[in-house]
Amino acid sequence: MDLNQAVDRIERFLLPLLSIGLALILFGLFCVCQGLNPLDVYASIYRAAFGRWSSFQNTLLRAAPLMLCSLCTILPAQTGLIVIGNEGALVIGALSATCVGMLVYGFAPFFAQLLMVFAGCLGGGLWIGLLGLLRAKRGVNETISGLLLNYVAIALLNFFVEGPIRDPASLNNPASFPLADSHLLGNLPGMRVHFGIIVGFVACLLSTWLIYRTPLGFSARVTGGNYRAAQIVGLSVNRLMIIFSIFGGAAAGLAGMIEVAAVHGRANDDLVAGYGYGGVLVAFVARQNPLVAIFVSVLVGGILASGGILQRVHDLPDSTVLIFQGLVFLCVLWSDSFYGKLNSLVPHFIHGSCHEIFNSSCAPEDISHG
Amino acid sequence: MVEYNNASTIGWLSVPIAILAGVLRGSVPFLFVSLGECLTEKSGKINLGLEGSMLLGAVSAYAISFHTGSALVGVLVAILVGLLAGLIHAALVLQPRVNDVAVGIAMIIFSSGMAFFFGKPYIQPKAAQISPLNCGAWSHNPQIKSALSLSPLLFVGIVLAIAMHWFFSSTSWGMLIRAVGENPVGSRAMGIPVNAFRFWCILSGSGLAAIGGANLTLFYPGSWIERISSGQGLVAVALVIFARWQPINCLYASLFFGGAQALGPALQAAGVSSYYYLFNAAPYILTLLIMVATCSRSGTLAYMPESLGKDE
Repeated sequence: MDLNQAVDRIERFLLPLLSIGLALILFGLFCVCQGLNPLDVYASIYRAAFGRWSSFQNTLLRAAPLMLCSLCTILPAQTGLIVIGNEGALVIGALSATCVGMLVYGFAPFFAQLLMVFAGCLGGGLWIGLLGLLRAKRGVNETISGLLLNYVAIALLNFFVEGPIRDPASLNNPASFPLADSHLLGNLPGMRVHFGIIVGFVACLLSTWLIYRTPLGFSARVTGGNYRAAQIVGLSVNRLMIIFSIFGGAAAGLAGMIEVAAVHGRANDDLVAGYGYGGVLVAFVARQNPLVAIFVSVLVGGILASGGILQRVHDLPDSTVLIFQGLVFLCVLWSDSFYGKLNSLVPHFIHGSCHEIFNSSCAPEDISHG
Repeated sequence: MVEYNNASTIGWLSVPIAILAGVLRGSVPFLFVSLGECLTEKSGKINLGLEGSMLLGAVSAYAISFHTGSALVGVLVAILVGLLAGLIHAALVLQPRVNDVAVGIAMIIFSSGMAFFFGKPYIQPKAAQISPLNCGAWSHNPQIKSALSLSPLLFVGIVLAIAMHWFFSSTSWGMLIRAVGENPVGSRAMGIPVNAFRFWCILSGSGLAAIGGANLTLFYPGSWIERISSGQGLVAVALVIFARWQPINCLYASLFFGGAQALGPALQAAGVSSYYYLFNAAPYILTLLIMVATCSRSGTLAYMPESLGKDE
């Protein structure tokens, strides 16, 4: 293997670790300022997130929607789009799955669940597909239109759960009619974790295969790498943008369906829990790689799961988790600017001397290595 | 003339006056945060983290006003805290390959965490408020009087919008910021310190957003609760598009968005309950329609700074 490639690999492995280390140091300083021993706090977070099997299940419960939501950013990103409409796609997926679930109340569980999955994917897919379409056909910035559509989606959710599909029994916290008990997604055998974690895991693996192992994924990456070049070689760039947006939206819509069918049992305001925006950040931290997104989702899920114990043991409010999460994200995003730095240092000492010999012997006119 | 000023005689006028009061009160935070976003975006960077700056401004203004008893000191400290949040954002997004959208969302999470953490002790106590300007003193009608008892920051904001308009159209520094936003590569070739301009624009933008936050806790609604900004910092991005990146239009757009916000409760009071939520979505749908209508296939929005949302 080429030296530069090896250095690149080391860097890709080292930089995320270093940036998480920096976040740990910064949050540790914050704990010291609050008069706490940071090591104690980290021990608690570790125990709450990964320490025991039962606490790791809490982590996985939170990781499942994050994985699916991160795909909503990762898949369109392959074609060069920056989508942050995940929250909206999740909400629309949940809403359409709920509506279908209410229609098929008496159906056999398997068919009902299948229809709900289909509705969730379709709702979310069309929602983000609209962003891709507007971008491809009219040049509308997908980041901003996604942000706008998040608000529209939340407004639609509120409209439906307070109007057409409101359960009159839900007085203080307006909600839709509940789904049939038999239609709810069960837990994995012997666990408190629902099937969503398997769905998220498989979806990430499928996306990895799609992006790195299929012609469609390759075309998408060419489009994202160089739009003009992709056009010139005859790829239908607009269609690729729309297709990958639909795939991404379908993943977030599926997350919404799972939140409804496995966690809440009905649609209400609790669906807007920040998993969408969390998914955007997971995607960026994973550098738009679905395989890495699995690990990042579990890590972030662990941080989210540690809120309760920080409050009980260290008397820290819920918001501490936000601070820690924010620091981790900021540090990892900052580390993006360091990629390639290591490589620009190393060849200077090793390659540099080789080039000098090469240059002096046969290529005096080549000054590019100077 | 006396009987015309009697409360009972204005009858039907009371609804529009209530809306007017809502518009004048509710638009101030929108005005500041949109001017901040406008300044940031003119330099070619987008800052979604203004939501966080607003929250930090809101809580620090309230806390300082509570401890010192002076709302003015509260607002000044809020500006400082806003500048600090802007400093973190600018330091990160001006590095190569760091995505400004992602950093903005991370900043919202971090800043809201900080604001909620340090704001926890201030949810109950009552802090000194900004004393209102009574522009309705000429009227004997109590409803008009209370509707026209305005935040002094509204006038600061209006003056600022006009000043920024003049700044961008008639001063060399304003022109340079626009040049940086339109074509950073060309600007750099001309010897303009692109990153320095962007740095100061992001910093001041965040400071302006913090003033908007201070108005939330120190004037209307006038107390600190979590989620007080209710996404106004993110809405600012939509508002700036709606205003076509013109500071004067930001003023009108803020009045419009503030009005839409004020109409909601009025409709709810009139018995249109669930449609109220659809009405809430109207400004966003309208902004999206404007984007669709004014975008061209080449991918640029009319009046939009050319380098916005693009990596160099």
